[in-house]
Parts: sequence; C-alpha cells; structure tokens
Amino acid sequence: MSGELLRIEGVGKRFGGFVALEDITVSFAAGQLTSIIGPNGAGKSTFFNILSGALTPTSGTLHFRGRELNGLPQHRFVHQGISRSYQITNIFPDLSVHENVRVAAQALTVSYDIWRNRARLTELNARADAALEAVGLLGKRGELAKFLSHGQQRALEIAIALVSEPELLLLDEPTAGMGPEETKDMVALLERLAEKRTVLLVEHKMKMVLGLSKRVVVLHHGRLLADGAPDEIRSNPEVRRVYLGQSEGYG
Amino acid sequence: MTSPSSGEAVAKPSSSGLGWILEQRVLLSIAVLAVLPWLLPSQALAVNVLIYGVVVMGYNLLFGYTGLLSFGQAAFFGAGAYFTGIAIGRYGVPWFAAVPIAVLLSTGLAAAIGIVSTRTRGIYFSMVTLALAQLVYYVALQASSFTGGENGLRGFTVDRINLFGFPVNFLDPVNKYYVLMAFAALAMWFQSRILNSPFGAVIEAIRENEQRARACGYDVERSKLIVFMLSGAISSLGGCMLALHLSIVPLDLLHYQTSGMIVMMVLLGGARSFFGPFVGAASFLILEDVISLWTPHWQIFVGAIFVLFVLFLPKGIWGTLLDTLGIGKARP
Repeated sequence: MSGELLRIEGVGKRFGGFVALEDITVSFAAGQLTSIIGPNGAGKSTFFNILSGALTPTSGTLHFRGRELNGLPQHRFVHQGISRSYQITNIFPDLSVHENVRVAAQALTVSYDIWRNRARLTELNARADAALEAVGLLGKRGELAKFLSHGQQRALEIAIALVSEPELLLLDEPTAGMGPEETKDMVALLERLAEKRTVLLVEHKMKMVLGLSKRVVVLHHGRLLADGAPDEIRSNPEVRRVYLGQSEGYG
Repeated sequence: MTSPSSGEAVAKPSSSGLGWILEQRVLLSIAVLAVLPWLLPSQALAVNVLIYGVVVMGYNLLFGYTGLLSFGQAAFFGAGAYFTGIAIGRYGVPWFAAVPIAVLLSTGLAAAIGIVSTRTRGIYFSMVTLALAQLVYYVALQASSFTGGENGLRGFTVDRINLFGFPVNFLDPVNKYYVLMAFAALAMWFQSRILNSPFGAVIEAIRENEQRARACGYDVERSKLIVFMLSGAISSLGGCMLALHLSIVPLDLLHYQTSGMIVMMVLLGGARSFFGPFVGAASFLILEDVISLWTPHWQIFVGAIFVLFVLFLPKGIWGTLLDTLGIGKARP
C-alpha cells in the first residue's frame, strides 16, 4: 500500500476572468486518508470536480496510476478507479436503496445489456448488498431512497461511490448537515473505509479532520497554502491566520 | 445476507401467490388483449387500441422510463406504416418480411433523429424532436411518387395471408385482430425484457439523476441514443400493424398532432407502468368515439379531461389504480 497513486501538476481552472484554482501541484500516495480543507471559495469543490472529471482543468495535468487523465470524459473516470460522493445529496430518489447501489455496481460490466434479467445477476446484487452493509443500510434495502433520513441518504451516497470498488474515493463533505450523533457514525464509517483504500476528504469540521487524517492539504484563494501532517497544519501560522482562527469552536 | 443464495432470494421477494402472478406482466397483458374485442363496443375499436397501445408503449420507454419528452414519436409510427406499405405495394415483398424490414428502416430513422436530438436537453430536446418529425412529414408530403403525398399511400391490400401453411382470410376482423395481437405480444415481450435488463436500470437511473448516472460511469448520451432507437423501433411496429390493418397509410399519421395524441395517451393511461399505454390508448379512443357522436368539437372535451388528468391524476388511470391497490414493485 505505498507508491504514488495520483499526481497533479500545475493544475489551474479559470471561469472566464475568475481564477478558481491556480498552479496546484500535489501528489497522493496509495492507502491513506488525506483531507482537503480551506475557507469557503478556496477552490475545494473545483478541485474535486477536476479530480472526478466533471470539470476539465484549463492548465496542468493529472496522472492516475501513471496514466494521464486529461481529456477523458467524466463517465470514464469511474472505470479508471476514481469514484466520488457529493456535498449535496445526489442519489436516485425514486429507486429503492438497493437499486441505487446495484445500478452503480453494474456500470463497469453490463451497462448496455438489454437481454439478461438484472434480478438474476446475483454477483452484482450481492456486491450491492455488501456495500449497503458496509455503510449500515442493509436493513433499508427495499425502501425508496427518497424516504431515508438525511444521515441515511448521506450513507447511501457513500455506498453508491463505494460499490465500484474504487482505488481512490473522493468524499465531498460527507457530514454536511448532520447532527452530532450522525456525525459520529459517519466518522466511524470513514475510519473503516480508510483502512482499505485511498480516501480524499473535503470537510469543514476541523476537529474531525485533524483527528481523522494522516495528511491535510490546505487551499486558500485557489492556491495551495499548506500540506502536511495534522500537527504541522495545526501549528502553521499561515493556516491559523486564514482558516483556523476564524473557525475556533467550530465542529 | 450477502451470500449469493440469500441475495437471490431477496432479489425475488414475491416468488409465490399473487405476487408471482402480478410479475407475469406480459402474460397478463396478453390475456387482457385476447378478450378485448368482446369487452369493447366494437372490434374496430379493439384493433385501434392494439395498434395505438403498441405505439404508446414504445413511447413510454422513452418518456415514462427515461424521462425524455419527445414531441416527434409520430415519425416512427408513420415510418413503420409507410415502409411496410411501400415494401409490399411497390417492391412486392411478402407481408411477413415487410414488417421486420420496416422496423429496421424506422430504427435507422430513429438513429438519425436520435443522434441530433439526444445531444440536447429539456425543452430543446422536445423542440428538436418536433422539428425533425415535421421534416419527415414534409418529406412524405413531397415525395408523392413514393408515398402518395396528400392522398396517403394506397395499393398494398393484404387480404389473404398464409400462416404456417394455413390460408387465413385477413379481411375477417377477428382473424386480423389475433394476427395483429401476435405482433403486440412480441412487442410487449421485448419491452418487458428491456425493462428487466441491466440497460433498463440505466435508463431509470438517467431519469432519476442524470448527473449521478454519469458519475457512476454511464455514457449518458450513448444510453439516450440507444433508448431512442429502441423506442422508435417498438412504435414503428405499431405503424406496421396499422398499415396491415387499414391497407392505406394516411399522411396525417406523420403529423405533429399524432405525436401530441401519443403524449396524451401515455399520460391518460399512466407513464412508467407496463400496461398503462394500452389503458391510455383505449380511454382516448373511447372518449373520442363517444364525444364525437354528439359534437364535432370533441377535441375541446378531450383536452379538458386531459388537463384534469395532468392536474389531479398525474400517474394516469392505470398508474393511479396500481398505487391504490398497492401494486408497486413490478408495475404491471
């Protein structure tokens, strides 16, 4: 579980005259949990959208397992082994919980098969159930996703991202809008997930980030401000000035 | 719960009793269609329900299940009818070969219209399908040496057919109904197969959340094109049936009013249910028959009823009935 998994070189993104990201160079080793933090508007979401293929960078290159990702359409990113969850719950509301995950599981194998009966694809069904079990939703498999509680929908969001068995899992504020109890469950889940795969996490809850991550990357005004172990970040004067100071007592 | 055997058991929760019967939606639908001529006031009406039911069922795949509101489905209905008529009347192709040829050619037309239209979204998709279908209408109007232009296509009467060695009088309405019903059964079996397939899951995911479907690894544009073609193919089979039934193809079949009627039928019956299109076609045609008996302005009343449905019964007659009875899972 070592070696470079993702290398980002000189990546920038402009929207017209607005510079959302500028000259980001950073790389991530396989098998650890890294958090991306930064105040609102720092470019975290843009960064995630570039890593998951939703946005194309205006400059710079991405390499995943040595393969260049630039120019690849978004739907191919999952096939490379990069999967993501969303900050705003982004599920299939009118499908059952199980179907939400099952449909994500089949994307890598049988997407255009119009002949076989999907209820009989037992391997996919079992994989979907395993992902639901991992996030603690197996008991809800028959319910429509729209009837789940907010916290459960956040967990389903992660199960959808997880079922493709990605090497790199991108989680965009998995605890957004959650109460303390739900947050605790989510932190336990994140710890379990990080044991087996590389996770990049965007979060606002500072205490949680510093406790959970092996490494923290700080963005500010679209630039890389700091990069290091949680303790180094905690004592970095620049970071304290732009970020920690203003959110003292937060989270 | 994750062993393969229990996974299978959970995947098929109702494998006995009433649940099992309800899951046989194709057989149930065929059973209803088989007695339809005796349920409806006239056999002519029953044949029309059969034909429009197939056309609307194909449209339901696109609109109900994938969530793509096309205003151009008449193009494939008409294409199926014209290609069948031209193949039989002009090239002397036997009727049973003319049908698959017409479906294939219509699917090609759906591919051409789909390549352009599925690149757009929302209202633009609706408008592009409408415009391209009108283009097909004007081509049929102008190419009158092939299509008969304004007078419609004539001269390909199928009066006598040979079914596995047995000569059948195709002018007899009962014979005709059951021969055409075999086509409807084929279409229903095919549609049910698509809906149960992995691809059937993809189109529902696209309807529910296009962005997430893409993030899950689906090529959304390609999937939309495939479903557009499948939908066109099934609707065109309804056109083939109409040509065999009427022995003429009226030009109006290609007009955008026909597309509008298809949309109304699916909403009346219930989008996203398997048998809803047949219920919708039957309701629309009965309303038209009954109301036009006492006023030539029947469209005003049908229109008003349609508005009431959209406002108060958005799931249509069949969809609302299924919900009321609590039959949700297989949506027969």
